[in-house]
Amino acid sequence: MNSDLRDLYQEVVLDHSRKPRNFGKLEGADRTAQGFNPLCGDRVTVYLKLRDEAIDEIRFEGSGCAISKASASLMTGALKGKRLGEAEELFRRFHHLVTQGPNDADEPESLGKLMALSGVWEFPARVKCATLAWHTLKSALSEGGATVTTEDPATV
Amino acid sequence: MSGAAPNLRSATAGFDVERVRADFPALHQMVHEKPLVYLDSAATSQKPQAVIDAVTKFYRADNANVHRGVHALSERATAAYEGARVKVQHFLGAAKAKEVVFVKGTTDGINLVAHSFVRPRLKQGDEILITAMEHHSNIVPWQLLCEEKDAKLKVAPITDAGELVVGELEALLGPRTRLLALSHVSNALGTINPVRRIVELAHRRGVPVLIDGAQAAPHLPIDVQAIDCDFYTFSAHKAFGPTGIGALYGKEKWLEQMPPYQGGGDMILSVTFEKTIFNALPYKFEAGTPNIEGAIGLGAAIEYVESLGPPEPRVAFERELLAYGTRVLNQIPGLRLIGTAVDKAGVLSFTLADVHPHDVGTILDGEGIAVRTGHHCAQPVMQRFGVDATVRASLAFYNTREELDRLGRALEKVREIFR
Repeated sequence: MNSDLRDLYQEVVLDHSRKPRNFGKLEGADRTAQGFNPLCGDRVTVYLKLRDEAIDEIRFEGSGCAISKASASLMTGALKGKRLGEAEELFRRFHHLVTQGPNDADEPESLGKLMALSGVWEFPARVKCATLAWHTLKSALSEGGATVTTEDPATV
Repeated sequence: MSGAAPNLRSATAGFDVERVRADFPALHQMVHEKPLVYLDSAATSQKPQAVIDAVTKFYRADNANVHRGVHALSERATAAYEGARVKVQHFLGAAKAKEVVFVKGTTDGINLVAHSFVRPRLKQGDEILITAMEHHSNIVPWQLLCEEKDAKLKVAPITDAGELVVGELEALLGPRTRLLALSHVSNALGTINPVRRIVELAHRRGVPVLIDGAQAAPHLPIDVQAIDCDFYTFSAHKAFGPTGIGALYGKEKWLEQMPPYQGGGDMILSVTFEKTIFNALPYKFEAGTPNIEGAIGLGAAIEYVESLGPPEPRVAFERELLAYGTRVLNQIPGLRLIGTAVDKAGVLSFTLADVHPHDVGTILDGEGIAVRTGHHCAQPVMQRFGVDATVRASLAFYNTREELDRLGRALEKVREIFR
């Protein structure tokens, strides 16, 4: 396997895609949103329980490729207990990582396990797989909770 | 296998794949430091040098608008454009060149028939019949029309192998069926439909038939008069020609009756603010300056394929290649072929254990192998087989057994990564 592919399918990614964490419906969720990738049929639902402007509980369900499943799973792990402002900042950093690549010395510290997706930016066709769950989260956090589609020009 | 080999050799005699490959410049390149294996011809085929040259020559020497000027360049452009129409006529086996309308592609051809042929005939409660293996382009135009007219869209079922259940299709041809629209070859499954027999069944009940030939044109000889279909449409880009051009064949009696699809220049005889007199066939359906370079490129593609000799050895070669690819894939543990019809062309659609097709596609790309992954614009087909998506390796007459061996080895790598 060439090195780019090894970067993409890191062991953590394969592990989370095989055994996604926080997977399944969250009963009594006070925020949910759905996301679709109409080009490949990936779909994800993100469920949230909020308390005091922080993410108290977060789960997801859906189906998709290894990258989209692992990204959703890693996202739920990274966001549990985070304040909403922190979640937004994490998305900003993660988005930069998967679209521009790693470039920040403090990234490993601030992004933690999300760094497992640091190989995605080398595969432009797969960026949307990695960001689908995050865009869906963003929609769930906004009041409307509108359904997200990767083919919306605003969604990269 | 060894027993069948001598027959295969004689059936494919006269077809030299290496010579053919030399005609397609894009095939000869490295992708991720490996020689390209192009197995995505059902999405779009590669183009032979003859097509590239024909388009270039047009712009370098003959570029002018058609059906307009009296000057030399316009006459040359018009002759090339109309010459291409005659090539398409012969390619389809149409009786007359005026039964060939240049369109943007198969989707455009279907929409033209929906708008100008079916729409004026469709009343509340009428029916349009399609099949469960259609591409979205042969579903959505009919859905839109049925919604507008409060008509019903009926769907003929397919078997687990991906073959039409002809008896059930026959039963769905009712007194209110205004059109049967079906593909000649399925893009997601590769199934070749028995279109001659089906057209006969439909005509017995007075139902006109449109055939989506997008996936047949690159693989099979076509004879619209023998099939006796009312409409037949295909895209050039899947048949070794340029994108943005295709053709719609329609029986003259229907085309004559049909109102124009779009209004504009070139489709009129005379215009006053009170009345417009439409041009004769086929110009009535070709409003505006047409895709001249596209038509010329399509003509060159047809001429190129004809230059390879009679179709039989080529068709036999492709059939043998598909059988070989099927054997290669069937040896891979966990691989499930979707679409196992007896009569197939060009398509190997599959899933690999629980590895998502997109992950398969990315890993194959790393090996220099181009395949399509996803729902292939045929989501109802995916639903029928209970999958979200498949990997589709699609073949053309420029592919080789060695390339299919490389596909097999790359799929073993996918299994290693996802073990």
